[in-house]
Amino acid sequence: MLKLDVLNLAKRFGARKVFESINFSLTPGESIAIVGPNGSGKSTLLRLIIGLNIPTKGKVVFSDDGEPLEFDAYRRRLALVSPYLSLYGSLTGKENLRFFAKVNGDNISDQEIDSLLAQVGLQGRGEDFVSAYSSGMLQRLKYAVALAKNAEILMLDEPSANLDESGKEAVSDIIESRRKNSILIIATNEKEEYALAERQCQLGQ
Amino acid sequence: MPSGNVNWVSKVLAVTEKDIVSEFRTRYAINAILMFALVTLTVISFAVGAFSPTKEVMAALFWIILFFAAMSGLAQVFIKEEESGTALALKLASDGTVIFFGKLLFNLALLFALTVIVVPLFIILLKTEPANWLFFLYAILLGNIGLAGATTIIAAIVSKATIKGALFTVLSFPVLMPLLIAVIEITKSAFLGGVFKDIAAPMQLLVAYDVVMIILSYLLFDFVWRQ
Repeated sequence: MLKLDVLNLAKRFGARKVFESINFSLTPGESIAIVGPNGSGKSTLLRLIIGLNIPTKGKVVFSDDGEPLEFDAYRRRLALVSPYLSLYGSLTGKENLRFFAKVNGDNISDQEIDSLLAQVGLQGRGEDFVSAYSSGMLQRLKYAVALAKNAEILMLDEPSANLDESGKEAVSDIIESRRKNSILIIATNEKEEYALAERQCQLGQ
Repeated sequence: MPSGNVNWVSKVLAVTEKDIVSEFRTRYAINAILMFALVTLTVISFAVGAFSPTKEVMAALFWIILFFAAMSGLAQVFIKEEESGTALALKLASDGTVIFFGKLLFNLALLFALTVIVVPLFIILLKTEPANWLFFLYAILLGNIGLAGATTIIAAIVSKATIKGALFTVLSFPVLMPLLIAVIEITKSAFLGGVFKDIAAPMQLLVAYDVVMIILSYLLFDFVWRQ
């Protein structure tokens, strides 16, 4: 079984302490909300968990049946939706989906693409260039890309950013559909999103 | 749900195809490269119009044009990903080897497109042509592979820096020095109509340079790309 262990994690930027002694473990079906005010290190913690930044202290271990996984092994099983993650503006929504699926090693059919776009409320907009998308549409497309990966680890940084009410409902539906079989990590400072996860990790205290 | 049966080569080609499609739509790198090449060619043709430079000088001029034109565009392959924020999505979507070879192929395609335009213009404007076309093709083929190999990894390194453009040229120049010396030597022989004995040593150097540079870049890339 897939498992994430965050062990005594700490991060400093020069003399500034961002956070320290962060500990939690998650297996599929479990979820955690990383909460705290702006600048408390929520996105930094997500990047550390993914393995894109180096912690000052502590470590993050992804394992499968007790065997530690290398970056490439857990990267394939991980999807991220974040304001810092952009998609290709010079490609259409469908081209983005097809490209990300293909480099991840998956063949995706036109029907599957249409179904994903419908799931995030972008039906009929798949042929538009992403550069012409509004920020809310872009956020929806990021969810479609994450869903196409069918990941076991779903990391959502500010999950409702730029979304209208129907977008927020779509996100709730996505989270509910994935909750049972995925490790879910949500970084947010929106109080109503705290309830999307079972546990909380408070930063900035 | 999507089925996972795409092989490594298809993934690499998907990265190259994405970059080519993006490049044709945005003309982010190709405009800079072509404009630089055309301006340099025109300036040189005016400058040497009144007299005939030696074949040795012609060989050097040819590679100066290609080198600086390439410097103005090849770095974009990673700088664009970092500046637009798509690098993070790409890091999570595929492993480093796929990205490296996809980008390397794109840079190679860009260099060969540049060469196809520069060579006839160079011949027409500077009123010269290689006496030995085979040597000239060797020089272009091996020179472009080495240029693409070295600049792809350097582009990945400088894409994290603040002063990307200047740093790219400064870092590339010493790394590309052996390649430029060898390739100019072969091109000189091509213009002078030399025999194979004249280019054996620079050819060996060039082949070794290309192999070492691509293997080293491949080994280093994952470390550079993930940080």
